[in-house]
Formats: sequence, C-alpha cells, structure tokens
Amino acid sequence: MNTLVDSPAILDESPLKTAEPPNYLQEGGSTLKSWLLTTDHKRIGILYLYSIIFFFLIAAVAAALMRMELITPPGDMVSSEMYNRLFTIHGVLMVWFFLIPSIPATLGNFVIPMMIGARDVSFPKLNLLSWYLFIAGGLFALGAILFGGVDTGWTFYTPFSSAYSNTHVVAMATGVFIAGFGSILTGLNFIVTIHKMRCPGLTWFRLPLFIWSLYATSIILVLATPVLAITLALMALERIWGLGIFDPKLGGDPVLFQHLFWFYSHPAVYIMILPGMAVVSETITCFSRKQIFGYHFVAFASVAIAILGFVAWGHHMFVSSQSIYAGMVFSMTSFLVSVPSAVKVFNWTMTLHRGSITFHTPMLYALGFIGLFTVGGLTGLFVATLPVDVHLTDTYFVVAHFHYIMVGGMVTAFMGGLHYWWPKISGRMYPEKLGQLAALVMYIGFNLTFFPQFIMGYLGMPRRYHAYPEEFQIYHVLSSAGASILGAAYLLPFIYLLWSLKHGKKAPANPWQATGLEWQTPSPPPQHNFRNTPVVDRGPYDYSPEKSEEEVIYGQ
Amino acid sequence: MKFPLFPDQASTIAKPIDQLYFALTGLSALMVMLIFLTITFFLFKYRRGKRVNRGPAHIPQTAIEVTWIVIPLLLMMGVFAWGAHVYFQQQRPPQGAMEINVVGKQWMWKVQHPEGNREINELHVPVGRIVQLILASQDVIHSFYLPAFRTKMDVVPGRYTSEWFQATKIGSYHLFCAEFCGTKHSEMVGRVIVMDPVDYENWLSAGQPASTMAQEGERIFSELGCSGCHVGNSVVRAPPLEGLYGKPVPLQNGQIVKADEGYIRDSILLPNNQITAGYQPLMPTYQGHINEEQLLQLIAYIKSLGPRNPEVRR
Repeated sequence: MNTLVDSPAILDESPLKTAEPPNYLQEGGSTLKSWLLTTDHKRIGILYLYSIIFFFLIAAVAAALMRMELITPPGDMVSSEMYNRLFTIHGVLMVWFFLIPSIPATLGNFVIPMMIGARDVSFPKLNLLSWYLFIAGGLFALGAILFGGVDTGWTFYTPFSSAYSNTHVVAMATGVFIAGFGSILTGLNFIVTIHKMRCPGLTWFRLPLFIWSLYATSIILVLATPVLAITLALMALERIWGLGIFDPKLGGDPVLFQHLFWFYSHPAVYIMILPGMAVVSETITCFSRKQIFGYHFVAFASVAIAILGFVAWGHHMFVSSQSIYAGMVFSMTSFLVSVPSAVKVFNWTMTLHRGSITFHTPMLYALGFIGLFTVGGLTGLFVATLPVDVHLTDTYFVVAHFHYIMVGGMVTAFMGGLHYWWPKISGRMYPEKLGQLAALVMYIGFNLTFFPQFIMGYLGMPRRYHAYPEEFQIYHVLSSAGASILGAAYLLPFIYLLWSLKHGKKAPANPWQATGLEWQTPSPPPQHNFRNTPVVDRGPYDYSPEKSEEEVIYGQ
Repeated sequence: MKFPLFPDQASTIAKPIDQLYFALTGLSALMVMLIFLTITFFLFKYRRGKRVNRGPAHIPQTAIEVTWIVIPLLLMMGVFAWGAHVYFQQQRPPQGAMEINVVGKQWMWKVQHPEGNREINELHVPVGRIVQLILASQDVIHSFYLPAFRTKMDVVPGRYTSEWFQATKIGSYHLFCAEFCGTKHSEMVGRVIVMDPVDYENWLSAGQPASTMAQEGERIFSELGCSGCHVGNSVVRAPPLEGLYGKPVPLQNGQIVKADEGYIRDSILLPNNQITAGYQPLMPTYQGHINEEQLLQLIAYIKSLGPRNPEVRR
C-alpha cells in the first residue's frame, strides 16, 4: 500500500543495503550465547551498558526513597535501620557499579579501539573476563542487599564495619573486592591497547584527548584498586577471624583504615571525573567545529590530575586525629590538583572562540558539564581549606560538592557521550528535540537538588542523618523537589533511546561530520571495525569552523 | 518554614572561618561569572549561521596557558596559607583552658566536668572561658560537632582527641555526631548551653555530686591496687606519679615522651609498650578492667597529684 510513497527511499537505500556487509550486531549472531561469549569490545561495551543501567536504577530508587524520607524533619517514612541501608546501597552501587565502570567500561570499551584504528583491544578475552568479574561482584552486592542489606555507608569505616555492624558487611565487601579485579583488568587492557594497537601514523600527540584521559584513568585503575582490595580484605579478616588490624580493642588502629581507604578512594574520584572530561573534549570540539585550544595542556592536565590525585587522600581526614602538619601537606596538594582541572575548563571555554557552534544534545550536556563541574571544583576549594573543612566535613556541603562532580560532572558527561556515540552504537538517531529537552531539564533539576545542600551544609546539617532539626527543612524540601525533576530528566532519555532502537532514523556513518576515526566506518561498525586499517596523517581535531558553515551536520 | 542562611557565630574562631568562607564564596562567584559570561558570549557570537569572523585567531597560546596556570596557582597558594594560618588557631588551644571530659558511645554523649558534675547529651560551659574537651570513644568513631562554634573533632576509640573553643554568645546551640556511627546516628545529638560565668558556677554547685573527678579517680586508684606499687616506699618497683603530668619521661629505649593524657592512658592499658627508664616491665595491663569514664577519672586523679615533696623527687 505504501510502496508508492516509500519507493524513493527504498530506491535510495537498496543499493547501499546490498553493498553493506553485516555490522557487529548481526555478525556472530544475535543469540544470548553469542552475547555472553563475545570477545568483541563493542558488544562487551553494550553488556556493560545494560549492567550499569540496571545498577543505576536500583541506586536511584534508594536515592528517591531517601529524598522522600527527608521531606519532613522526623524520621517517619522508613526506620533508621532502613535509611542507613538505603544510603549504603546508593553509595556502593553508584560508586562501584555505576560511576567507575560508566564511561571507561561502556563508552571507553566501545570507542577506544575504533578511535585508535584498531580491530579490538589487546586482550579481548580478558576484556570479557572483566565483565564477568564485574557481574560476579554485582551479584554479591545484590545478594547482600536482598538478604538484609548493609548499614556502614560506602566508606566501610572501622571499627564500626569490622566489629559493630550486624549486617552483611563481608558479602558487600566481597562484591566490591571482586568487581575491583574487573577494574584492574580493564585498566590494564586499555593501557596495553593504547600503547600497542594504534594504527599507522597515530602518534601520541595525534591521539584524541579522550584517549589521553582514559589512559590517565587506566593508570589510576591499575595502581589504586589493589589498595582497595587489600583494605577490604583486611577489614573482612578482622570481622571474620578477629585479626587485629583496625579495631583498637584488638590492638589495631581505626585511622589506618581511613588512610588505606582514601588512598584508593581519592584517586577513584578522578576515575569518576577524568572520563567525563574525556567526553567533553570530544563533543566540545565537534560541535564548535574547532581544534581544541591548548591540546598539549589538556592532555598533560589529565596526567597531572592522575599523579597529583595520588597524594591528596588525607584531605578526607582533617578531623580524623591525623597530625595537623599532615593536614597542611594534604591541603596544599589538594589545591595543586585544582590547577590542572581549571586549565581544562579554560581551554574548553577558549575552544568555543571563533567556532561554528551548534546545540545538539551532546553539546548541551558538554556545556552543562562545564557549568556543574566548575561549581563542583570551586566548592572543592572550600573543603581543601583546612579550617573551613573542619566545619564542613561530614555535612551536606560535602554531599553537594561531590554530587556536583560525580553527577553534575560524570553522569552529565556520560549522557552526553551516550548521545554522541548513540548513532555509532545503535545505528539509529535519537530524537534531537527530546534530547535537548532532557538535557535542559536535567540541568534545572540537578541544581535545584544539590545547590540547597551547600547552604544547609554550611548551616551545619550533618550527612547520613535520618531525622534532622526543623530549621533545615526548607532546604530538604527544595532538594527533594529538585530530585523528582532530575529523576524525570534521567528517565526521559532511557525511554526515547530504547524507542529509537526500533523507530529512530537510520544513522549515517558520520552524522556529526566529526573527525575521529570511529566516524570513518559505518554505523553500526562491522565486527572488526574497519575494512582497511586506517592511516593517520593529521591531528585529532581537524575541524574548520569556516568550512563547516556549509557542511551538513545532522539535523541542521 | 524558616529560611536561615548562616549559622550562629558563637565562638571566637567562628569569625575568622566565616571570613575565609565569604572570601572563597566571592572568589568562586567571580570565577563562575567569568566562565559563564565568556561561554554565553561565545555561544551567542559564534553560533552556527551567524555572520562573523571565524578565521584563525593568532592568539599567543603558550602565554595564555602560562597565565591561567600561574594566576590560579598563586591564588590557590594564597588561600592555602590563609587557611593554614586560621587552622593553627583553631587546632591549638591557648593557655589556661578549663578541661571537660566527653565520652561518646552508641548513641549518646556522656560529659563529666572536673568538679564531678555529669550530663548526657548536654554540655554546659561558661561564656568567654577557653574550654578544652578531652574526647574518648567507648566503641566506634564518633565526631563531636558544634556548628555554631565551627568546630568538630572525630572521637576515635583507643586514643584521646581534643578540641577547644571560647564561646562568645550566651545561648543554646546544636551538638551533632558528625561521623556515621550506626543505627541511631541521627539521634546522637544534643545541646551545648553557654551560660554567664556566675550562672555556670551556680549550675555546677547546684548539681555538685559528692566527689570530684579526681576524687573518683583516687577511689579507683586504690580499688585497682595501683597504690600497691605507685605509692609510698614501693616506688622502687614503679615510677612515682606525683608531678608526672605534663613532664618529659625518659624511656628504656632512649626515647623521651611527654606525659600527657594519651601517654597515661597507654601506660594503663598497654603498660609494656613504653617502659620508663630504670624500671622492670612488671605492670599488668588494665585493659578490660576499666571503662573509658573510669580511665578519665583515673587520669584526672593522676593529673591532680602535685609534686609531693620536692626533696624526694629524683
């Protein structure tokens, strides 16, 4: 019936269709087995994508319940036992089962080999093993939750975790321990891949900044994660067999746990932001059609952040009874880390200068990232300042600060990256108008959720409080209202991206006219990415804002 | 619904900290505006389709990069130094502090004044006096947080920590436990009540118990049999305790340590860790025989022992 109407399109597409070799979604089959035993980095990226969205949803439900509880001052909706479990679930799942694998293991897995012109990562089987370790860890965590939960918070501070908590601490720690090995292997895989698999002509300074950032991230994954594994293992040994490490009743030192924990967890903060910066460097250049301003400075800023991030851990412990001189050293190193982060923001800003700017969804998320990350970074200066942190630590100010970085920064960048590479991943376009709407709503909802928390933090509202004095209520109400908007803003892309898998417009190979190698192959790409190994003879962001005015960028 | 913007300023350190906070807020607002306005301007001016010069800009790139590395770096170091300066004031108690002992346990604060008065989840202090809290925990880590005084310190089991303040305003202020400590963490809250010094004296004497902390300590001292070795002629076996507090103690291994609360605590609970020079490791451990509150009373007693007889001192 529609043949007549559709015929031009069919005529247009059919010669291509017959010429098109199967893509990675068709090649190798679409059975469950073909997915569970795949060694294709793209499919593994998608396995990660589905898994982290699953964990994100559970952790988001925990957050929603907490925000509902906090609308009124008394603890009236859930019990304090339940509330403590909710923030532990939220923290553990969001940090280890969503944020840390979010950009590296999904988008990183999907695009790193393509960006460097490779057929796959260096160790494809190891890559699949990483995912299985991640899932095995996730099952332990879910088991711990289903069998009654854990009430230690994601920080597992001793001696509470090792001697006093009556919950499933060991199961949860085992989950994080196992998933950690997945992280280490992913980091190792990326480092070797970036060193050994670059296509001809792709020198270090022709690499996209995404690669530089993920390289820095991988170094942290490999060097820091083992310390977390050791720390959690020692905590579990103390809990199970009473081996005295941290509990002073057994001759241990509880502050030692904090040193070890933050030796991992502070660098881990950079695992949770460097990949976000990676995405922004790609999208801000593409949608302003500009060479990045200060390529070398942005590249080395990533490395500087990775290195300095290892010597700042003690700023989590200014009131822990560590020496005041140690506090001074850690305060200074924390200020130093802020410099390379600021350099990145300045360079992104200058990249816009004399560009040809469009406002596609990934660009809106990139701009949102810069705004929210800037606020998150600047409030980081407050908590790096020793006496101010003494007042602010363990209050909502800190909660707001790290959510600006991890949600305002990393999750925003993840959404931006997901939209940017969605045509490549799925072979379909997402609905642009809805995408832009979701990005804007996210920005409003996010600020309404977390900005009031800065004010109530300075007023003295402690974190992890199930009930609170009345004077803080107005800020909790604002925050909960914002959270409902934020929730809608995250749900919307979830719906339309799923919808686009079937109904989205077919994506061309390079809808954004982007320069990255991943765009020089069909969408979705064939199993081995490129039919012929590409050869690179220029830098990564070879855009011309003048010529771009005449180019057709998708939807414009 | 109330709409508070700033917490009460009720201690001497609150003002310098607030000044830092306002300076940081100003600096941050300036940076946010700078970046926000620049980006908005570029987005507007260089949006696609607008007729504008998009040619190469010939900006001295390295000079710009160095500028925006060096200026923030200097600013950061300035804030660091300012912060470190205030931090030292905040962390080091001035001379002449009155001491109050606090024991945290799941989920309450137990306070004992040197005069012997006890309170739970309340802390009465006189306005204008320098107060130093000696903090101990009976179980997990807690944190003694007084937002109106801008001070907070973790209360760590197995050691003493301390914080000090000088209240400047009569009134009643929040006391929070700031370190997550288990099920009823959010109920481990109370008030600090700042009183006129005369009212404080009246409050102390109205609730005065039969014995002071040092007297209670003395009773424990004899109950636990400490006097058998540490008193009178028997000091040949054990070091005398008179005048010990605050003095340097030479150890067997050549180290010299200061006899502060932490040292006395360790000497009672882990006596073999630090053997005083010239003595045998004879003392048994009292771990498990004495709780945190008794330990503080015992220490109060030892602190109260002035030099007994100057001629006898070695």
